[in-house]
Amino acid sequence: MNFKLIAKRLSFLVLVIWAASTIVFFVPRLSPRNAIRERFAELARSGGFAPGDIEKLIANMNQQFGLDKPLLEQYWTYLGNIVRMDFGYSLNRYPATVTDIISQALPWTFFLLLVTTILSFIIGNLLGAVSAWPKAPRWLRSIATPFVLLTGVPPVIMGVLLLFFIGFRMKLLPLGGAYSIGVVPNWSLDFALDLLRHQLLPGLALILGSVGGWVLSMRGMGVTIQGEDYVNFAEHKGLTGGRIFRDYYLRNTLLPQVTGLALALGTVITSAIIVEGLFGLPGLGTVLNNAIRANDFPVIYGIVLFITIAIAVLMAVLEFIYPLLDPRVRNQ
Amino acid sequence: MNLASTDTASGRNAGRATAEPVLSVNDLVVTYYTDLGRARALDKVSFTLKAGTKMGMVGESGSGKSTLALAMMRMIKPPGRIEGGNVWVGGTDLQALSEEDMRKARLSKIAYIPQGAMNSLNPVMRVGAQMVDAIKSHLRGESASAINDRCVWALKSVDLDPSVFHMYPHELSGGMKQRVCIAIGILLRPEVIIADEPTSALDVVTQRQVMETIDKVQDEINSAVILIGHDMGLMAQTMDHVAVMYAGRLVELATVREMFTSPKHPYSQALISSLPTLDNKGQFKGIPGLAPSLLRLPTGCAFHPRCPLASDRSRTEKPKVNVLPGGQLVACHLYDQGN
Repeated sequence: MNFKLIAKRLSFLVLVIWAASTIVFFVPRLSPRNAIRERFAELARSGGFAPGDIEKLIANMNQQFGLDKPLLEQYWTYLGNIVRMDFGYSLNRYPATVTDIISQALPWTFFLLLVTTILSFIIGNLLGAVSAWPKAPRWLRSIATPFVLLTGVPPVIMGVLLLFFIGFRMKLLPLGGAYSIGVVPNWSLDFALDLLRHQLLPGLALILGSVGGWVLSMRGMGVTIQGEDYVNFAEHKGLTGGRIFRDYYLRNTLLPQVTGLALALGTVITSAIIVEGLFGLPGLGTVLNNAIRANDFPVIYGIVLFITIAIAVLMAVLEFIYPLLDPRVRNQ
Repeated sequence: MNLASTDTASGRNAGRATAEPVLSVNDLVVTYYTDLGRARALDKVSFTLKAGTKMGMVGESGSGKSTLALAMMRMIKPPGRIEGGNVWVGGTDLQALSEEDMRKARLSKIAYIPQGAMNSLNPVMRVGAQMVDAIKSHLRGESASAINDRCVWALKSVDLDPSVFHMYPHELSGGMKQRVCIAIGILLRPEVIIADEPTSALDVVTQRQVMETIDKVQDEINSAVILIGHDMGLMAQTMDHVAVMYAGRLVELATVREMFTSPKHPYSQALISSLPTLDNKGQFKGIPGLAPSLLRLPTGCAFHPRCPLASDRSRTEKPKVNVLPGGQLVACHLYDQGN
């Protein structure tokens, strides 16, 4: 891999982040709603303020958040802040900063997504590869079918079904939350197991919903690759079945799947947001959901931008890994 | 394309050939069970080949050439099935081997050089790794240096630089890839090498180089070579024997000289006379009609609807293989004893 390629890829990454942050800046401002006004109006409804005071307060707050300045000036300040990873204060949970809020919520989402994405990628691709391999035993080839059927079920519905049967009827796993009520987070094994029990159902909902997609695309690839001349020639060479499967068949079928993984990252996060809300996990999805309801601009910016940057960086990382998997793209 | 070179090529190899055949195919039958019915792709094919000799195999598409190669490797896949006969390689009956023993026999006793060499190497593995895994799956105890020596020897035998060992297939030209496939084929010095149209995707200059490579390598390891192809000119230059297949049957097997000077089977005669010659400019002489579908073979001799010499007997009775005094094999009623 050469330096020029890395430089090119990194500058593209910066461009993507800039474009995303610009969109994130302007789109919420097209909305006629005003978070500060709404907040005070709500306070006024619950008693206390005279309308005149509210206007003063709003002007004061606008000044404090820099919302009274011309749009372009706000934009420049905003871009400068982004470079420093400073997304400002939450309007709704002032004086908490957006960065604080994100860093508290991030670990929940990160681990849930990381584990479920990796597991469903591995399980789905192995099942898909085996289901297209003519020498695999029949029972092994048919395991994949139920997963394919489950692809049609959205993660939310899957989550509700799991909650109802496993959580509510069978009482095997907790119904929601990040850990049991009344437990103080600590570094004990008991707490770790408690955490795990709470993550199992949301994780299962996400995995069951996405394994089938990997199975289908992998099976399609597998059927193509197993007819390739090099797989045939490998058999003529007298290689063992296991070696042909691993080195000649699986390695080649996985190439487009890695691209698929990069493309899937976006959808994975979307479904995680919904599933988190359903299971009451304090992750990014739940925070984003609340922020949208409260029209909390800075938090929305912060999270959307953070997710965009995360996906862009992950895709860049995958793109750097890809030449290691496929020598043909190495010198281009 | 001169006859003198043909003579020297066959003369040299004839001298080295031993009396005992290294390959013996007896009554091999392969049937494909398709949705449209049974297709008999190989119908009791028998022949023998001595070490150090080269046999060309020609025939129209669908005549069973590739099926014969796959059947000899025991690589016929469903819906196809080997339904009879056997293949002996150097005293081993391949049909009688277990799956695992047959796997070990591939490449070490009988090697196959593929048709589509362009795509026959794994794009994500270095050439060397694809040679080493072939050796390792047959010779368990081979030391690393012995494996390396073997690979270098094989690459040099096919006139490739040993540095190719560290390259990826996409860094090689078509001719080089074909040479790599040949190098893999000879790694374990097999007794029989089957090359399935090894030159069909290459330009004529590279074709010639690849054929010379096969020739040279065969001299070195003295195996029997079967070359499947369509190019009669190439056959004439490089082969010792030519076999002609038609509709799943071996209709004639003769030395190159006999095949080109006095072909016996009417189909071979038509094939030879369809070749353009230097003296005989003008119109090409084709063979009228089309090769029959294997699903609906004509009764009797499968060639009779296109045969100018067909008799009533050809229409009803399948001809058996006659051995002529010169050792030539012909499956035609014209040469039945008493005719």
